[in-house]
Amino acid sequence: MTHSAQSSHVGSALSVVDILAVLYSGSAKVTPETSDSPDRDCVIFSKGHAASALYAVLALKGFYPLSLLEGFCADGGQFGGHITHHGKPGVELSTGSLGHGLPYGLGVALSQKKRGSSARTFVVMSDGECDEGTTWESALLAHQFGLDNLTVIIDRNRIQSLTFTEDTVALEPFADKWRAFNWSVRTVDGHSYEELSDALENQDRPLCIIAETTKGKGVSFMENKVLWHYRPPSSQDLEAALLELKSANT
Amino acid sequence: MRNSFAKHLLEIAQKDESVLLITGDLGYGVLDEFQKQLPKQYINSGVAEQSMMSMAAGLASRGYRPFVYSIANFPTFRCLEQIRNDVCYMKNPVTVVAVGAGLGYGVHGYTHHAVEDIAIMRAMPNMQIYSPADSIETNYCVDLILANQSPAYLRLGKGGEPLINSKPLGAEPANVIIDQGPDGVICWTGGIGAKALSASGLLKEIGINPTLISVPVLSEKTISQLLETADGRKILSLEEHTLAGGFGSWILEVAADKGYSGQIARLGVTRETNTQIGTQNYLLEYSGLSPEAISSKFQELLN
Repeated sequence: MTHSAQSSHVGSALSVVDILAVLYSGSAKVTPETSDSPDRDCVIFSKGHAASALYAVLALKGFYPLSLLEGFCADGGQFGGHITHHGKPGVELSTGSLGHGLPYGLGVALSQKKRGSSARTFVVMSDGECDEGTTWESALLAHQFGLDNLTVIIDRNRIQSLTFTEDTVALEPFADKWRAFNWSVRTVDGHSYEELSDALENQDRPLCIIAETTKGKGVSFMENKVLWHYRPPSSQDLEAALLELKSANT
Repeated sequence: MRNSFAKHLLEIAQKDESVLLITGDLGYGVLDEFQKQLPKQYINSGVAEQSMMSMAAGLASRGYRPFVYSIANFPTFRCLEQIRNDVCYMKNPVTVVAVGAGLGYGVHGYTHHAVEDIAIMRAMPNMQIYSPADSIETNYCVDLILANQSPAYLRLGKGGEPLINSKPLGAEPANVIIDQGPDGVICWTGGIGAKALSASGLLKEIGINPTLISVPVLSEKTISQLLETADGRKILSLEEHTLAGGFGSWILEVAADKGYSGQIARLGVTRETNTQIGTQNYLLEYSGLSPEAISSKFQELLN
């Protein structure tokens, strides 16, 4: 997708895709059949720049035909380079400007509580996104409103747009910050399906899962490289990347 | 206007539990009764307007009808991208309630004034704009808002605006014709209507009888209707808002599109007004929006 579109954020997509795979494989109770149900779990993908990951996962899970992905960033296509909701079941919110998903998720989680529903709200965020003030406003509010049905999963790949997070606006001690806002915090390997799915179970207050990930995961020449935050893969890059991913799967 | 809004919303919310009132930690004394009677439908989200607005959008996405209440500059300029992306683009039926719009918070200074809000809100996709002149128009606008599933902007005065209407209004969005004189048209949106009526009194004393039109619902359609009513006559528009992109500007655009034949003049808040300190009345007078200045401007236009 990112190769044919020549519009990317491929590194960000590869770091978060395992998190999405776990969420849509049962941790979040939402399927194509229940994507309009008022009692569905809500997954908000706040790091809208990694759109290709969410679009691909939703297609593979049957929310819409895989063939539609050919319209990614194409003239007249349905899939913008940042998340757009139009005509796409499963996409709860258009994102691309950071810091919108968590406060929106507050509202959805609050609506679920008000209705007495047992549904949950999951917000997938980037670590760079925690520079945004709304993250911390919302962290305060989630505790105040007692949102024990709200879960944030942070794709902690440690790289933001121009360089490493700790060299830009340092987030550490990151887990302590969330704890100080009265959230439960669980730190896991963000590429381990088992650790992620275990961490997503059981919570008695707002829960923050810090998913330690690798930007560009699975493609050696992309891993932990700031360059691959945005760079679209060339034909040669694509071939090399696919070869690596295939050999890893065999 | 804000008190009648709070009272009317309470009456509606008592019958409809999807109606929520969210405040950004403002409304002391105004929202107390709502909070007391319907604590489950009242949310104080603190001094965090951006998160408040996105949260309201999230609630609206699940069937609630949140009214987000604050002093006019806060639930607008402070959280514009949240309004643009999460409310308007997503078509979530949040109502932004801007209290004391225009110069309503007079002596509190420019940081608490909202004189660019109409220009900004009319540029937002799917946003419907309501700007009542008195408490009767306020109730009318609230009912129109709830009859539609759309993002809405409700621009209210701070309080104490005199009534310019004498009877309840209908259930369709329309302009309100207050008087049908033959000598040109004075039209306005919002609480400035009271000044227009005073100006009209002065004009009548010298034998000039304008048609007076209040425009509580701002849309392409109501402004087209305004021009149809004016029917080629000269028009003076009034607004407690900057002339850039506001009510008068909107009239000029529609008039140009339609090839309107009559002359149009506008009065609004001048740019220099933000250098001044004073009450709402003082600031309006400074901007040339006193009854005397409106009357003079209209006479100038007719001549």
